[in-house]
Amino acid sequence: MSSVTHTNSQATARADWNVIAGWVQPGERVLDLGCGDGALLRMLIDQRGARGYGVEIDATGVRAAIANGINVIQVDIDRGLAEFRDGAFEHVVLSRTLQTVKQTENTLREMLRVGREAVVSVPNFGYWKNRQAVLNGRMPVSEDLPYEWYDTPNVRFFTLADFEALCEQLGIVVKNREVLDAKGQPVHEEHNFLGSLGVYRIARK
Amino acid sequence: MTTKTTSGVGFVEAKRAHFDTPLTLRSGEVMPAYELVYETYGTLNADASNAILVCHALSGHHHVAGYYESDDADQQKQSVGWWDNIVGPGRPLDTDKFFIVGLNNLGGCHGSTGPASTNPASGKPWGADFPVVTVIDWVHTQARLADLLGIQQWFAVVGGSLGGMQALRWSVTYPERVKNTVVIAAAPYLTAQNIAFNDVARQAILTDPEFFGGNYYEHGARPRRGLRLARMLGHITYLSDDQMGEKFGRELRNDNLSFGFDVDFQIESYLHYQGDKFAGYFDANTYLLMTRALDYFDPAREENGDLTAVLKRAQSNFLIVSFTTDWRFSPARSREIVSALMAAEKNVSYAEIDLAFGHDSFLLDDPYYHSVIDAFLGKDAA
Repeated sequence: MSSVTHTNSQATARADWNVIAGWVQPGERVLDLGCGDGALLRMLIDQRGARGYGVEIDATGVRAAIANGINVIQVDIDRGLAEFRDGAFEHVVLSRTLQTVKQTENTLREMLRVGREAVVSVPNFGYWKNRQAVLNGRMPVSEDLPYEWYDTPNVRFFTLADFEALCEQLGIVVKNREVLDAKGQPVHEEHNFLGSLGVYRIARK
Repeated sequence: MTTKTTSGVGFVEAKRAHFDTPLTLRSGEVMPAYELVYETYGTLNADASNAILVCHALSGHHHVAGYYESDDADQQKQSVGWWDNIVGPGRPLDTDKFFIVGLNNLGGCHGSTGPASTNPASGKPWGADFPVVTVIDWVHTQARLADLLGIQQWFAVVGGSLGGMQALRWSVTYPERVKNTVVIAAAPYLTAQNIAFNDVARQAILTDPEFFGGNYYEHGARPRRGLRLARMLGHITYLSDDQMGEKFGRELRNDNLSFGFDVDFQIESYLHYQGDKFAGYFDANTYLLMTRALDYFDPAREENGDLTAVLKRAQSNFLIVSFTTDWRFSPARSREIVSALMAAEKNVSYAEIDLAFGHDSFLLDDPYYHSVIDAFLGKDAA
């Protein structure tokens, strides 16, 4: 499942992270799921005075995070977040990782059990370039979906509209939504068509 | 004649420290004086900020790394320290950067004061009169050794299994004296199943006719049969089912079944060899003490079972490591420690290493395992 996702697509990674950093208040406790080498947490610690932990399953990521002085916990998100207590964090971050998780619903529920709020960024399979690729008879490979069908770590394929429908179904409210195009620029209309990446701030109803 | 070795630290020698200040043990008994045997590798820096303590497990001792120089080449080769693969120049416990200290715990049988030592009160071996020592008692004696060596704060305290429990104990008993704590293949306390295994091991020793109530030294006897059984049982719990299956399977020592009770299967042969070897050098009373120390370890007791409350005292950074095939102290037991440390808002990283060799994996030279420890100790090394 999730691997070192933060190193992909650096241009939009930055934009994604800036949105997340903007939602984290100084000194907050943050849990970053699929933290890779811990670069996002490092940024939140340095810029926002955040504290917290990363979760990573991939050995390379774990070693790199430890070397970067990041608290990293090597567990599989798909097994739940049993190690974390209810309400232990102000924010639980899942950046570009939900599409690699098999237990989608449980992961969202667990995030909102251990966190007051969650921040989820997801690639949009409904992005126009991806639709165009499928219309042309090929699986999409784009800035935010950089893998070929045969080597992708992604196991769930969904659009921003699909994600919002699932939130509704699970009793999750979207408190903020920032949608970015493939260059990391904000999208203000037709987000499920023009947006390449969605960044959501969600909470329990 | 000496042969060249490939060891990181080369030839080493054990040292001995004598302590005259009486030590009150957790049991309430007092050790009036005692000796600890220890080894050091690398150089202590001017402000004594680069020292790492390596705590040993059930059958370990002070000889962590290097070789003892000997005229007998075979003997020299076999004298390699029990965790040599992790200590030395360029290795995770890097002797170019760190000053490494290993000791034999009080109650041991490798040179420190233990049941086979002479009890000054009677002039005879301590035997059954040697007090039951616990993990916190060891930590207090290790702190006195640190004082003697001029080490106010350890850069790190590191240990696997029972050694990991000592490291965890250090972090809450002397919080200001530990900068980093590395707890490998350990548990916050023993389960009923763990204690049950220890009990069977002890019963094997205690019911050996050669045990003489623990005073076998003066009878010129040794409870070898009991100790051998204890080690065979222990050894099974150190290995994984998969590894045992892969290494021995149902392989026969000879081609045919004997239709008797001598050794038929290779696993029997292996266990007998391990049991005999161990019973040849280890002291049965020490085995009893070590297993009891395991049973009694439960730092959460001090806070009515609340491990988080105990760990709140700690000031160090933590690295917790477990191995996927370890069923003696499974990853779930390490995750209990991790969970409590996070609830206590401590700096903690956790690595779960996929190795096939069960509990004994912690002694292996695995690149990922070692790189994690290297990264943790290197992140803010002097």
